[in-house]
Amino acid sequence: MASLDYIRLDHGSGGKLSYRLIKDLFLPHFANEPLKKLDDSAVLSLSHKKVAFTTDSYVVDPLFFPGGDIGKLAVCGTVNDIAMSGAVPVYISAGFIIEEGFPIYELERIIISMEKSAAEAVVDIVTGDTKVVPKGKADKLFINTAGIGIILDNVDISSANAQIGDTVILSGYIGDHGIAVMSKREGLSYKTEIVSDVAPLHAIIEGLMQSGIEIHSLRDPTRGGLASSLNEIAAKSNVGIMIEEEKIPVRKEVTSVCDLLGFDPLYVANEGKFIAVLPACHAPEALEIIKTHEYGKNAEIIGEVTEEHKKKVILNTEIGGKRIIDMLTGEQLPRIC
Amino acid sequence: MKYKDEFRNKHEIRKYVDRIGEKAADRSISLMEVCGTHTMAISHYGIRNMMPEYLRLISGPGCPVCVTPNSYIDHAIALAKLDDVIITTFGDMMRVPGSTSSLEHVRSNGADIKIVYSAMNAVEIAEANPLKTVVFLGVGFETTAPTIAASIKVADECKIKNYYVLSAHKVMPPAMESLVLNKKIGIDGFICPGHVSTVIGSLPYSFLAEKYNKACVISGFEPVDICASILMLVEQVTDGNPRIEIQYKRAVKPEGNPAALKMMYDVFEPCDSEWRGIGLIKESGLKIKNEYKGFDAYDAIEVETEPLKELNGCICGDVLQGLKFPYECGLFKTVCTPENPVGACMVSSEGTCAAYYRYENNWT
Repeated sequence: MASLDYIRLDHGSGGKLSYRLIKDLFLPHFANEPLKKLDDSAVLSLSHKKVAFTTDSYVVDPLFFPGGDIGKLAVCGTVNDIAMSGAVPVYISAGFIIEEGFPIYELERIIISMEKSAAEAVVDIVTGDTKVVPKGKADKLFINTAGIGIILDNVDISSANAQIGDTVILSGYIGDHGIAVMSKREGLSYKTEIVSDVAPLHAIIEGLMQSGIEIHSLRDPTRGGLASSLNEIAAKSNVGIMIEEEKIPVRKEVTSVCDLLGFDPLYVANEGKFIAVLPACHAPEALEIIKTHEYGKNAEIIGEVTEEHKKKVILNTEIGGKRIIDMLTGEQLPRIC
Repeated sequence: MKYKDEFRNKHEIRKYVDRIGEKAADRSISLMEVCGTHTMAISHYGIRNMMPEYLRLISGPGCPVCVTPNSYIDHAIALAKLDDVIITTFGDMMRVPGSTSSLEHVRSNGADIKIVYSAMNAVEIAEANPLKTVVFLGVGFETTAPTIAASIKVADECKIKNYYVLSAHKVMPPAMESLVLNKKIGIDGFICPGHVSTVIGSLPYSFLAEKYNKACVISGFEPVDICASILMLVEQVTDGNPRIEIQYKRAVKPEGNPAALKMMYDVFEPCDSEWRGIGLIKESGLKIKNEYKGFDAYDAIEVETEPLKELNGCICGDVLQGLKFPYECGLFKTVCTPENPVGACMVSSEGTCAAYYRYENNWT
């Protein structure tokens, strides 16, 4: 982007500068046939009858954090939402809302990051949009992505499908993403850096389905954390869920920071984890498959679906007590005593 | 991780719980905690349902936000509505309902209210806004009061003339005496507050054992601390030997923190104070001394507050005294939730109703 090193209002005008931004920055990184045509819509052919379609907006602050950035998040978040429906992600869109004055080298870093994540997730970014708003009217950069995935035959995965007696598997450490982003934003530093877990999960899910594992429910516990996702499954499936606290993987660093600041890791956001609810007879094999993947190597069986405590999630605490875990309510306020 | 291995050790806790079980008294024993962090820890770790039937763990007025009366909130709201006033406060105060409104509500209508993490932030805001009147809402027990006292001293030394404190600080021992005197509650012993005791030490509780025969153990906040303290309390009660013991020895000394105490009493002096739901308790509050009167928002800023109105149906007062459990309230979980709190005990993250809502309500 010779001679211009920051975003101007003109970049969103639809005129010359917009065209240059697309041609010089987006196209080289997101190269694929449907996008190259630069028509008003990407024209796609899908071979399957059932597709999954999802959208999500990303407004993370700061844009760059240990383990990732808004671009990686925007691709992985949508890829994971598709994967959680038991679908194979194929195409995504990307809409950018950029604040005037945003440095182009940072935008380029984010675009390269999206390119890499899309390559890892084997999806094409086939359509997009750029808007520029005046300085102060948006906080640096917001990204919206939408995505399409194809659903294989005989797959029926939903939060409402958990069955009594099912096993609950969690794919690894919880709380990393939320704590990494919050720490970066607040300027907190620790002896060991806490790194976001943002990652595409489609390959693990595909691996499970290709091995003939029957999956009833899948969720990626993003905002609201593990607690909120489990509650959604319990409520929609009209079952109880009993979880063992000592089986839930939480890094010591995350536990310490949460203790210090009054957060509960169960409610902290993740961006590279999933919960799978599946028949108990499939659980050992499923766990083995998940553990062979880099993003699932710390997976654990954390609990089971029960007939009692319908629509509730009960935690057997690490010290041998019992408590309810509810959906996240309100915001986590600072303590005063 | 030392504390996780040592202080959350399942087997260690089992030992204490078994020994508490073996102590099975021929009558029920009621122990009260008077610190919000204890309330949360007991609910969070599920300690209540690990205890034998004879033992009743009840929650007292341990959360400073919860015991702050409507009249104080109304006063803060009236100040917030004045021109050129910036209210600075800890976050928990924002949603506490006053007679007809809350700070959050008046902020959404344009009042300038800033959440701060320490009183020193409020002093900085005053310094940066010399033409504004900056009022800090001084709410808290002996743990918080010394830091607010320090902020007043700093403002005094730096000649910051637009910084004021609206003090609703409270001290714990007189409230504990008032709870003991209420025979309906029937307290056998106290899980004494760990944070407050780091400042005041153990001596101010001695009258509870000497005069009223109540067991007292100053406890830490990890599950092993709490279970060890409960065992110590049960032993005191069953042995008929009530006294003040410190379980939280790694943080609390009998004499407390003399530097913090000096700071607190340099600036504040005891006064009678109103506790939500409990009423006026003699010498249970802290007001700004004459020497620092210029910083007292009550004195320095004249304002008219709205007529006082108490909430219908809310039993926060009974909950704060351990007379009722949150689920005995008709509003609990139906009308009153953390998103839409009716009473203060649901607002604060360390309130008893919030703890029960999040961790304990009717899952059996």
